[in-house]
Amino acid sequence: MEMISDIRNILKEHGRLASDATTLADDADLYQAGMTSHASVNVMLALEAQFDVEFPDSMLKRGVFSSIATIREALETLTQGR
Amino acid sequence: MYTPAMALPPREFAPLRDEMAESTAIVVGTDLVQVSEVGKAMERFGERYLRRLFTEAELSYCLENVDIAPSRLAARFAAKEAALKVLRLTDQSFSWRSIEVARDPGGWCYLVLHGPMRVLADQAGFVAFSLSMSHEGAYAQAVVVGQRRQTHVDTVKTPAFIS
Repeated sequence: MEMISDIRNILKEHGRLASDATTLADDADLYQAGMTSHASVNVMLALEAQFDVEFPDSMLKRGVFSSIATIREALETLTQGR
Repeated sequence: MYTPAMALPPREFAPLRDEMAESTAIVVGTDLVQVSEVGKAMERFGERYLRRLFTEAELSYCLENVDIAPSRLAARFAAKEAALKVLRLTDQSFSWRSIEVARDPGGWCYLVLHGPMRVLADQAGFVAFSLSMSHEGAYAQAVVVGQRRQTHVDTVKTPAFIS
């Protein structure tokens, strides 16, 4: 739950969403909620700092940043085994 | 005196279906970026932001004038995003640096695709791209036009119906 809460906070600060990131459904489409591709880069860089990870180029695809759930899935992959 | 009728052109000069399949389509993409957002990202994330998105050559040109660096970078980000719209990537991964805005000595800019991005463009049938960028005050924008070969199936469908 803590991871989800951190993701929501980062989306609130960097995602430039038209909707409130704290109440958005986990599977809601972030691009439909107003996130621009430039904002998605800011979100990615903020996530990297928060979780001490680096998204490899192979994970840089639109789908990875399309919802809170897909971001959590990617972060779980990157932090696996810690 | 008997005058022979004008001969029909040899059959090989008649249009062939395969020639029709060589036609091309135009695909356009555009993007608008708020310059202040680029400035903020540079302050917040510094080198990490710059190195993730832009090539050495792009940074070398854009950062030579600190005052207009955010505008130049914003225009280049818009160009990369416009190119992605033209390429219509759905779930393929990509690096922002694999789409580069290059500059010729005359000042005109053009797109250079690198590595897997170039392969994706080739596979999608793109044969040429054209780029135009502009920035004024708070915004920077770019338009990319791609020229793509029509697929064989699409082009033979119509003649097949006619016959």
